Amino acid sequence: MSALLEVEDLSVEFATDDGMVSAVDGVTLSAKAGEILGIVGESGSGKSVLISAILRLVRPPGRIVSGRLRFEGNDLLALPEAELEAIRGARIALVPQTPRTSLNPLMTVGRQVERLLRLHRGMDKRAAREAAIAMLERVRIPDPKRRAGQYAHELSGGMCQRVMIAMALATEPRLLLADEPTTGLDVSIGARILELLRQLGEESGAAIILVTHDLGVVAQTCHRVAVMHAGQLSELAGVDELFERPLHPYTRALVRSIPRIDQQIALQPIAGAVPSLVNVRSGCRYVRRCPDALAACRRQRPPLIAAANGRRVACHAVEQSNVVR
Amino acid sequence: MSFVSVRGLDKHFPVRGAGWLSRRNRPAPVVRAVDGISFDIDRGRTLGLVGESGCGKSTVARCVTRLLAPSAGTIRIGDKQLDRLEGEPLRAARRDVQMVFQDPLAALNPRMSVERAVSEPLRLHTTLSPAEQRERVREILTEVGLRTDVMGRYPHELSGGQRQRVNIARALACAPSFVVLDEPTSALDVSLRARVILMLEELRERLGLTYLFISHDLATVKYLAQRVVVMYLGTVVEEADTDELFAHPRHPYTRALLAAVPVPDPKVRGEPFVLSGEIPSPLERHEGCPLRSRCPMASAICAQPVVPREVSPGHVVACHFA
Amino acid sequence: MSVVAQDVADDRDDDAIVAPTARWRRAARWLRRNPVSAAAIVVIGLLVFIAVFAPVLEPYKPDVPDPMAVLKPPSWAHPLGTDGFGRDVLSRIIDATTLDLSIALAATLVALSIGMVVGALSGYRGGWVDLIVLRLVDVLMAFPAFVLAMGITAALGNSIANVAIALSMTQLPAYIRLVRGEMLRVRTLEYAEAAVSIGNPSWRVALVHLLPNCLPPLTVQATLAMGYAVLTMASLSFIGLGIAPPQSEWGSMTADGATYMSTGEWWLFVFPGVAIVVTVLAFNLVGDALRDLLDPRLRGTR
Repeated sequence: MSALLEVEDLSVEFATDDGMVSAVDGVTLSAKAGEILGIVGESGSGKSVLISAILRLVRPPGRIVSGRLRFEGNDLLALPEAELEAIRGARIALVPQTPRTSLNPLMTVGRQVERLLRLHRGMDKRAAREAAIAMLERVRIPDPKRRAGQYAHELSGGMCQRVMIAMALATEPRLLLADEPTTGLDVSIGARILELLRQLGEESGAAIILVTHDLGVVAQTCHRVAVMHAGQLSELAGVDELFERPLHPYTRALVRSIPRIDQQIALQPIAGAVPSLVNVRSGCRYVRRCPDALAACRRQRPPLIAAANGRRVACHAVEQSNVVR
Repeated sequence: MSFVSVRGLDKHFPVRGAGWLSRRNRPAPVVRAVDGISFDIDRGRTLGLVGESGCGKSTVARCVTRLLAPSAGTIRIGDKQLDRLEGEPLRAARRDVQMVFQDPLAALNPRMSVERAVSEPLRLHTTLSPAEQRERVREILTEVGLRTDVMGRYPHELSGGQRQRVNIARALACAPSFVVLDEPTSALDVSLRARVILMLEELRERLGLTYLFISHDLATVKYLAQRVVVMYLGTVVEEADTDELFAHPRHPYTRALLAAVPVPDPKVRGEPFVLSGEIPSPLERHEGCPLRSRCPMASAICAQPVVPREVSPGHVVACHFA
Repeated sequence: MSVVAQDVADDRDDDAIVAPTARWRRAARWLRRNPVSAAAIVVIGLLVFIAVFAPVLEPYKPDVPDPMAVLKPPSWAHPLGTDGFGRDVLSRIIDATTLDLSIALAATLVALSIGMVVGALSGYRGGWVDLIVLRLVDVLMAFPAFVLAMGITAALGNSIANVAIALSMTQLPAYIRLVRGEMLRVRTLEYAEAAVSIGNPSWRVALVHLLPNCLPPLTVQATLAMGYAVLTMASLSFIGLGIAPPQSEWGSMTADGATYMSTGEWWLFVFPGVAIVVTVLAFNLVGDALRDLLDPRLRGTR
């Protein structure tokens, strides 16, 4: 099956006072209909910038410097702004990180969903009203009629996030971008939001890109995972393979650096910190933190090589050790 | 005898906006943020206090460190009865009881250099000369894994990990015996989190510290604590040694919490144990079990007050079905 | 190797992300992009220079009349002309710079110190102290600033000290409200709690930890207030309630000059007027620049 979204060799740079910041560097990945693709990494890994780039919402001083973005056969980077607006918010929707501040505090949440339906689906007032309540019900908000008449401050954080998801889904998008949708929510509430996303993804057949820093969320929610480090894609794999046999040294380090409730592990912190992205030189950006670094890693950026089961990994050490084949 | 002992701790907050105009003869409405909490911590051990937002765990931290005055109950740390102290004796007693806050940047005064921030407790509690203070600052910064050349820097010039180390150094400067850690790792990035966890553990062992570790992150609590208290709506629902609690959770709330933690392994699926609804407002007064309205096991008996029971040695559960 | 030792080694990478950036370098860069603000700063610098070195810079004695040169238009001998007594207008404007700026500065500093202490107390203590302070501030603010200043000088008499008192009273409520508001904000921040938990007595928390962090918006207010103080003082003098002649002062000079406008001796009105406008504008521009410069760093660090 062909991919719904194809990101090819995408790079985003920000011109700052201190120099050029390379926030996303040559990322290639794709998302298929009906799947949840996780993008995981530390802060500064470029995962949120990648999301804005997919929406072509990178604002100056940031700029998409190269690469291709294809969505449903359209070249998003070549599209005029007017046509892009018809796609953005309708065919591609975003679930933001801070639901409460993303809602209009002066309008009931029901009205906000209604307004979207009228705008994007051309419904009349009554139909939109009913559809809005149906949407709230679809995201499992109990007593949706009453909730529709409430304002953001009257709802809990989890409830606000459900409303945001309802708004994102109101236009029946084919691609849903969720940027840390459970950060700031309690674990039990977060677990239910993720469960909801999973169910809605199955129901609607839309692709979901889930950005998170939490490997647990990835393992329990996603089908495929892209691991990012310092703006570069380290590894792309199916979730089972990734956790069973992480290939990239960074992925391995990530997995070992978090305490777990299911087993006793010896915690091993990742060495160093995410490097500065200002005026970076060529080469692998993980090299200073990497225990397996080779001489080549400093000079030359590792290419994204293909491994079994559609895996991709960008690492000289992996390439040389032949574990790929 | 345990080193830290908290008995029957209550903290009630008056509800705002009900002051002037409300009728006089009715008792002022209160939020029972903490409602009859008791626990002990042995010297050199870590007690984990877990629960979701609004359960009162941060209020417990602030009562134990006397940033808030408890409404009722006793707090004994070592040989000091902290709940009875006020004014100057309380200020002096703070030397032994320190706290590390959640947000490492917000907890540091933006206009104080690292050296001033870390030497401040020394100036307040000791008679060390400026030169001796400086020496001690160097010593403690090295202790928490910072190079001494950060001394002249300001908080916004430090990385996230360095900031939390400075906070820890500040708390440890006067060599306290008891440290309350209020979500010290939750604002940190994954790679830094692991390092701070390991450092806290190493410091506890080397300096013989006693910790009250407050967190919503069960995995971190499991790593650091020897004993765990689970809180819900201001009350303790379950308390046990860490291994016992994670292996045999008895309270439905604990089970739901554990089930909700996403395990970083796709093959491990949590027990599908889910509570309905969300945490009710702490304003609503609950007779009987506080979890009653959300619990899948709830029945008529749950309207009766729950008495915590010891189900196995050291494992106490507040549930009619335990 | 212990974890901590490992960390010391890793620390170098942390440095890579947050190399401390020299603040003055950022400021310099900012100024290059905002030439108007830069010019305003230069103007204020110039004014201060003139105020300090007035006696040296004045070509003539400002208060010595020259009966041979009465009402002379601008010329090489008298670049800004002379007044009805034959006094050199340039010298008098230079002389007045010292007086105007120092009164404005004194008034602002007095108001600032009182406002800081009262506002900090009011915001940190809360309760009845706060209530009383707020009501007093409301009373002061109920008067338009200029009417208040007029009333005070009219009641106390128009000596230099009284003008300064009047000016500082007009500024005071703004500082109190500002510090109080900032205090209410910063006292809920985690570092206020941290300061208590470390063992600070409450006065130290308020004065050493919280007050300094209330100051940045205050510097903005004080800079703007300097401009208003110059303007208010000039206005008071203009209507005869400010600095009395023969002391040279911009406001009284414009008042004096206004009477000559109809007879064509425009320089007597225009040049002191320009001095006032330039000064007020410069302080306002610098105040706005400070606001722009301070705010993003203050509010948006995270």
